[in-house]
Amino acid sequence: MSAQTSVLFDAPGPKARRNILISNAIALAVVLVVVILVLMQLDRQDQLAPDKWVNALNGNAWANYYLPGLQFTLQSSGIAVVTALVFGLVFGFLRLAPFAIIRGISGVIVEFFRAVPVLVMMFFLYFFFSRVVAPTGLIASADAAYYGVIVGLTVYNGAVIAELVRSGVKSLPKGQREAAAAVGMTGNQSLRLVEVPQALTAMLPSLLSQFVVILKDSALGYLIGFYELLQYSRQLGSGYSNILQTLVVAALIFIVINFILTWLATKLAGTLSSRTGGDTAPATSTTMVSTIEVAK
Amino acid sequence: MNGFLELFADYDIFGAFWMNIRLTLLAAVGSFVLGTVLAIFRISPVGSLRGIGTAYVNTIRNTPLTIIMVLGVLAVWGQLKIEFFQDFDLNFFTYAVIALSLYHASFVCEAIRSGVNTVPLGQAEAARAIGLSFLPAARLVVLPQALRGAVTPLGNTLIALTKNTTVAAAASVAEASGLMKSMIEFNPDLMIYIFLTIAIGFCIIVIPMGILTTWLSDKLAVAR
Repeated sequence: MSAQTSVLFDAPGPKARRNILISNAIALAVVLVVVILVLMQLDRQDQLAPDKWVNALNGNAWANYYLPGLQFTLQSSGIAVVTALVFGLVFGFLRLAPFAIIRGISGVIVEFFRAVPVLVMMFFLYFFFSRVVAPTGLIASADAAYYGVIVGLTVYNGAVIAELVRSGVKSLPKGQREAAAAVGMTGNQSLRLVEVPQALTAMLPSLLSQFVVILKDSALGYLIGFYELLQYSRQLGSGYSNILQTLVVAALIFIVINFILTWLATKLAGTLSSRTGGDTAPATSTTMVSTIEVAK
Repeated sequence: MNGFLELFADYDIFGAFWMNIRLTLLAAVGSFVLGTVLAIFRISPVGSLRGIGTAYVNTIRNTPLTIIMVLGVLAVWGQLKIEFFQDFDLNFFTYAVIALSLYHASFVCEAIRSGVNTVPLGQAEAARAIGLSFLPAARLVVLPQALRGAVTPLGNTLIALTKNTTVAAAASVAEASGLMKSMIEFNPDLMIYIFLTIAIGFCIIVIPMGILTTWLSDKLAVAR
């Protein structure tokens, strides 16, 4: 990356160095002005009062709000990662099936789940679990939002992973499949034993960045009343009327976790690139909340 | 199925989708402008600008959109008392557009940056050889090619933006997902039909955008 960007301009001479210095000074001044304006507005509304920040950061806040919230966020995302992976593998296989009708039907299902916004899915699933499933006694009605979040995240991200599996297999060099055929494997064996394992290795970084997507989308559970990090932070903030401070802390927790995951994904891509014939770069497009890549 | 057609008379379904489309259009313009500026920052020779661009992208990209939306409404409006319009609905609509623009600008920036990577080294060198400095070289040579190379990720960002306009429900904007919620609340026996109506509505908007993206990226690809 840096090799590519640095060639956009020459090594600076004396004049360019002076211009860069001036630009740096201007940029710094602008940032300072913005920070001062924000601080002034915060102060005007009495948001810099120490007790507001103390109450957003003390032991009570962490023990009773952030950590329980984070636990539910991580728990629901963690389960959703596993179920989405299973869903994605099953549908990825089906989309590579030798029968056109199976490919077609699974293709429609995958495209549907990728096109529907996760929030729409979650609203529906929440009502489905609370009004249809809960009365049968299968789940407690208090858990409707929890299951709504998990299933909503599963079907959307599962559909994305199914596409990753399919495109991962498609991007393998043709020789892999030919070699499998040459040693007498059937199409199914070749897929199961040669192509998908390699595609999965190549996918690992993308899977990690998909975990970032799932973590971020789990915050949508806030809108169906799921008690996760955002919900707990809002509750804490309403209690001490320091909602700005608690939301900032919640955002920082998300940023730190996701930053580490993204960094790991990039590291992993580097180490894995020798293990497969395919491309291991994490799909950058999958690091946003919801993406759809159209089948070529 | 009884009473399903009456729903179309009772609820303004098309109006709600129109709200999603308006959010999409305005936030698309906002995020494209901000994202392009950030992309220029991130490839510029000025260290502090690169730092600002990187910091913005890494922060915003890793924050859930829901938190940005809720921060806007509950903290910036609720606590800092920043009001754009007297009109309640218009004010929250503006907040939703700003939140969507700020969030997706980071993805636009990364999309353009990946487009810059598709521009061969020789192009930038040739631009310098004829005496163009950084900004003219970026504006006249690198960015036009980069944008054409970035059509696919930009299209994907636009699609994600379209679907993410539903998060404006957190700012109580009257859009399709919020409408679906109240429709199901009052007609629980029709929930599956209501869900399918809204879901298919999104498919109708989103899937052609994907096809258009693929078509455009083939058509606009720079022959090399």
